[in-house]
Amino acid sequence: MPTTMIGGRPIDVNDEGFLTDYAQWDEDLGKVLAGYAGVDELTDEHWKVIRFLRADFPARKETATLRRVASVGGFDMKNLFVLFPGKPAKKMSYIAGLPKPKGCV
Amino acid sequence: MRKLVILGGGTAGTMVANKLRAASTQAELSITVVDQDDAHHYQPGYLFLPFGQLAPGQIVRSRHSFIPDGVDLVLCGVEKVDAGAKTVHLRNGRELTYDTLIIATGVQPRLEATPGGDGPEVGKSVHQFYDLPGAEALQEAMRTFQGGRLVVHITEMPIKCPVAPLEFVFLADSYFKDKKIRKKVDITYVTPLDGAFTKPVASRELGDALKSRNIALETDFAIAEIDNETREIISFDERRIPFDLLVTVPLNMGPDYIAASGLGDEMNFVPCDQGTMRSLADPDIFVLGDGGTLKTSKAGSVAHFAVDIFMENWPQYLAGQQLTHNFDGHANCFIESGGGKGMLLDFNYETQPYTGEFPLPGIGPMSLLKETRANHWAKVAFRWVYWNLLITGKPLPFTADMYLMGKKIEDTASGTSTPDLLKGLASTIIRTPARLFGSLPKAKPAPGRPTVARPTSVAAPKASGPKVNPKAAAAFEALPEYVAQQGIDSTADPATVLPDPIVPKF
Repeated sequence: MPTTMIGGRPIDVNDEGFLTDYAQWDEDLGKVLAGYAGVDELTDEHWKVIRFLRADFPARKETATLRRVASVGGFDMKNLFVLFPGKPAKKMSYIAGLPKPKGCV
Repeated sequence: MRKLVILGGGTAGTMVANKLRAASTQAELSITVVDQDDAHHYQPGYLFLPFGQLAPGQIVRSRHSFIPDGVDLVLCGVEKVDAGAKTVHLRNGRELTYDTLIIATGVQPRLEATPGGDGPEVGKSVHQFYDLPGAEALQEAMRTFQGGRLVVHITEMPIKCPVAPLEFVFLADSYFKDKKIRKKVDITYVTPLDGAFTKPVASRELGDALKSRNIALETDFAIAEIDNETREIISFDERRIPFDLLVTVPLNMGPDYIAASGLGDEMNFVPCDQGTMRSLADPDIFVLGDGGTLKTSKAGSVAHFAVDIFMENWPQYLAGQQLTHNFDGHANCFIESGGGKGMLLDFNYETQPYTGEFPLPGIGPMSLLKETRANHWAKVAFRWVYWNLLITGKPLPFTADMYLMGKKIEDTASGTSTPDLLKGLASTIIRTPARLFGSLPKAKPAPGRPTVARPTSVAAPKASGPKVNPKAAAAFEALPEYVAQQGIDSTADPATVLPDPIVPKF
């Protein structure tokens, strides 16, 4: 697993670039990751989703799916596609410093 | 005497009832299996029904014929489980108390959970094949289809048998070629994933298989609605895909009694340990088959391998010891690719499906991820294996642990031809896996996992809360508060740190 400089700090990532250590993330890093994911500005709405993902992860050891974000977090699904255009599940998890949600095989 | 109740008399429930009955006397263990009806379905058969390759009679048998003597079979729906009182409440008012509970009620397709999935086109131009009535209705729709746009669509992962929708398009391609109308049929495969499959090597091989058949692939499609009026599926990012015949794979959810019992997540899946299938909420509840949260396929092969691990842990569980046998997520599945050929996948939590031969390197007789007749015939033969060996708990030549031998770990294609089918199949079935594989290197085992009961994140249902769709009823959970933290730096050797970040493809 590689370690790369992100936002001036050494950060462990997987081969695809997703963070591998929950404890290395903080909100400043989230802002930097958002830039790489093509989300230029993180609004309050973005932060609510990211904080939900961060809070949900430790007990489940797995990133919430879009359905879980919508049904348990109470977010509007369509708005998630507006906030994180294109690939919301992938972008949200990347910015939150969590693994990409598994599609399961 | 210990009282065991098994909810669900399908693949996993029947298999584990047979194995436990054989392993203990009636004085030691009473076993009760509960299911709502007496119809055991061979679920892999649903795929073949729409193409007229199997009849319903070959798919359904009485559950009674597979439940051994000395096991009670109770035919009734489940109202709820009171885990605190160790009691199952049945719909007819009866109560069953237990010392140990196995949840094996799986997941069910919920077409109505997608907006428009209960519209007027359902049963006309909108179909699904994940249950018997759906597969039978689709048979008629396929038979009378004269040409146009066939769209095969996956609503959301996880689904039962994740390769079945791919098999469906392969078989449809073959079916319409046989009917000499393939040129009149546009086939599109629509998936929420970013490729034909999740894992890179399989995704590439299967993507090629779609391309060579002139089947269009639409990825990253998160469905918002089935528009019954315009006959389109519409995604949240407002892509519209028109259809004349839609074959959708609905959302798969666990049964409602799981939510009523406070044992499930938002999909009514029972959160369970990845290695032991023990409920995270209650150490006397296990979940076998599709109903849990194992991060692998929801498939019969997983049920089979997971039951084997459960049986290895059973004596330790009875003795109150830590469970030391861990499931590695092993799954294998045959993929029908049409024209009398098939492919085979073999993988686990750690190892993606590769090309190569199975189970013996250079010999097979099955080829991994390659289309061969042997793979097809093995799939056909499996129905016999299922009814006669698998669910009654007889040993099979496939082991719970996955082995890397025969797999090409580099993503190079296998050029090996498949040897004689009968010889190969016979040798596979006759040899015992323990002797055959005993001294060979295993795939990386799943790391040891804690097996003691942990506090659950599942809380009492809240009075109200937002929902994606009110029809997709689910339990509501209380989440821990978000606490802002200061990130710690990596402790990697500074000399090895790459100066530039790796940015995923978005």
